[in-house]
Amino acid sequence: MKMHRSEEIWLIISVTVLVLSMVVTGYQTFALGMGPPSNTETIDPQKVDETAPFDEPGVYKVGDNEYEVVMTLQIFSFTPGDIEIPAGAEVTFTMTSKDVVHGFQIAGTNVNAMVMPGHIQKITQTFDEPGEYLILCNEYCGAGHQAMATTITVK
Amino acid sequence: MLLEKIAEPNEESRLPLTISKQESRLYMSFMYVAFISLFIGGMMGLLQTLVRSGTITLPWGIDYYQVLTLHGVILALVLTTYFIIGFQFSLMGKTVGISQKQHKAAWLSFWVMVVGTIMTAITILLGKANVLYTFYAPLKAHPAFYIGLALVIIGSWIAGIVNFRQLYVWKKKHPGEKSPLLAFMVTINMLMWIIASIGVAVAVIVQFIPWSLGYAETINVLVSRTLFWYFGHPLVYFWLLPAYMAWYAIIPKIIGGKLFSDSLARLAFILLLFFSIPVGFHHQLTEPGIDPTWKFIQVVLTFMVVIPSLMTAFSIFATFEITGRRKGFKGLYGWFKHLPWKDVRFLAPMIGMLAFIPGGAGGIINASHQMNAVVHNTIWVTGHFHITAATTVVLTFFGITYWLIPHLTGRTLTKSINRLGIIQAIIWTVGMTIMSGAMHIQGLLGGPRRSSYSEYGGTEQASEWIWYQIAQAVGGSILFIGILLMVFIFIKLTFFAPKGEEEFPIAEEEEDATPTPMFLENWKLWIAITIALILFAYTIPFVDIIQNSPPGSPPFDWPIGNS
Repeated sequence: MKMHRSEEIWLIISVTVLVLSMVVTGYQTFALGMGPPSNTETIDPQKVDETAPFDEPGVYKVGDNEYEVVMTLQIFSFTPGDIEIPAGAEVTFTMTSKDVVHGFQIAGTNVNAMVMPGHIQKITQTFDEPGEYLILCNEYCGAGHQAMATTITVK
Repeated sequence: MLLEKIAEPNEESRLPLTISKQESRLYMSFMYVAFISLFIGGMMGLLQTLVRSGTITLPWGIDYYQVLTLHGVILALVLTTYFIIGFQFSLMGKTVGISQKQHKAAWLSFWVMVVGTIMTAITILLGKANVLYTFYAPLKAHPAFYIGLALVIIGSWIAGIVNFRQLYVWKKKHPGEKSPLLAFMVTINMLMWIIASIGVAVAVIVQFIPWSLGYAETINVLVSRTLFWYFGHPLVYFWLLPAYMAWYAIIPKIIGGKLFSDSLARLAFILLLFFSIPVGFHHQLTEPGIDPTWKFIQVVLTFMVVIPSLMTAFSIFATFEITGRRKGFKGLYGWFKHLPWKDVRFLAPMIGMLAFIPGGAGGIINASHQMNAVVHNTIWVTGHFHITAATTVVLTFFGITYWLIPHLTGRTLTKSINRLGIIQAIIWTVGMTIMSGAMHIQGLLGGPRRSSYSEYGGTEQASEWIWYQIAQAVGGSILFIGILLMVFIFIKLTFFAPKGEEEFPIAEEEEDATPTPMFLENWKLWIAITIALILFAYTIPFVDIIQNSPPGSPPFDWPIGNS
């Protein structure tokens, strides 16, 4: 099977680009810890309210300008909502769903994670820019899905 | 057997066969369903953009998500599957023929699919299945929704088995000959489809149906999603491959050229078979419970599937240039300027090809692991598959329609219908550029997909999105005009165009083409490699998912008004 010379060049250049982008992606993922949220802890989805830490959802200070938000997602709300944190804070969201699959997205940031019943999801973000950010559910969860939103205010 | 030996290939039997009236009826039946779906699904699309732009609210208690479910199911699953199976049957009929028995089995596949489609459609229309076409558990639709879907898949398997049988019988009669290129391509596509749809069939039959009927109390959510996406990515290649068939083996004939390379086309299809399936995790990148290393491995495999698409791009543009130069068009771009732009059979698929340049680039962004976080579940993704599936694939299907329908109905594509077709392609391009462009930008700003109209408590961020939603409604309205025009053209080509003979264009090889190596027909090897790659990509993470499963989820029907 003979390939045209220029087709060989075309494929060599484009495959090199693909390989390079995979190397960069892999480096960022594994060396810099920038991979997508993939927490593997589980929970009984029918006993979320009785299981720590979700029996007491809220915003917790865990270090010097470090916070943990323990959050449950349920049709059609986030608990806690209307979160406030100081500028520059590193915030880890620990989340699970009490019913169906939800999405957790903070518009204008790279925070974007699926929150599924039975699974505990974690995602960390440092908020440098003060302002009010919209948190919304980005996975269809029923008739009121578009109303499932809250805010996080960085002061 | 002796008889068959005598009837063996003289040169004549290698030429494209004639499609009988009886066959035409079969192929056209699939097309009728496809175009009825286009009309209904398109109307649902229009309603969505109007609702989401805040222009209208739906009457009679119709839910936005009901309309969205119908739009997704009827366009992504019904329109595509029927068009593809009908088109592929016609390709097989034209290149390897169909026997009486196969013909009957093909009708069976059609009716099984129709029964399934009607069951699913009624369930959605009654508002008992507002679960969108991905039907993610634990939202629970009425059992009839899942049973209908299973029937559609089973019907499509019957079609695939008939296609395999058609090629097998042909090969028996033509020992030592390479299979016709288009028959080879159809077989690859149906192989991929069957191997992939086993995943969703298992999810539907083993998980969803017993659970929705109440025989199983809970469902394993992550397993169901993993099985769905094992199917969900090859699904988009199942749409794309018939477009590639047209680009490789039909368009060259339309522009007056020859096949670029029979063997490279086959090689590209084999690579597409290998790498379309073991990549489903790139749809689940932001999900908990999946080992991050395996997510990355599947991302790498996803990038492999870019290679055959790059080969395709090269081959097609090389054909254009070679053909143009042979016709004597000089200069660097003379061949490009003189392509048959005024022939809609070329123009519509060509716009589709050009749309695949930004479309493919967007796909690479979506699959790029951590970069996915920027766009996951935003309306960017909707924009992405509206320039790939709804432009690249659909415009190519329209391009096929212009010659296939009159060929089957014994009519001709007249100059005036050709002109209407060109207007249709332009309307589509304008509408899609506005709608998909607005979706891409709004997605980058964080606007979610699959959401009804919402001001999100009046936040500043959400207030910036409304303008893009209005642009989507403008684009959607233009597209709906395009759909009306296309349905009109279809009706015209089916019932009213002047009688005559429309060509079924199939490109031939160059006289001095290098022979295609026989190893490309080593089906057992290709299937073995495909399965090996799937086992490599899925075994360890899937066992891991099952071993570390949380307690399952009970069904939720009230959030979708189905209690």
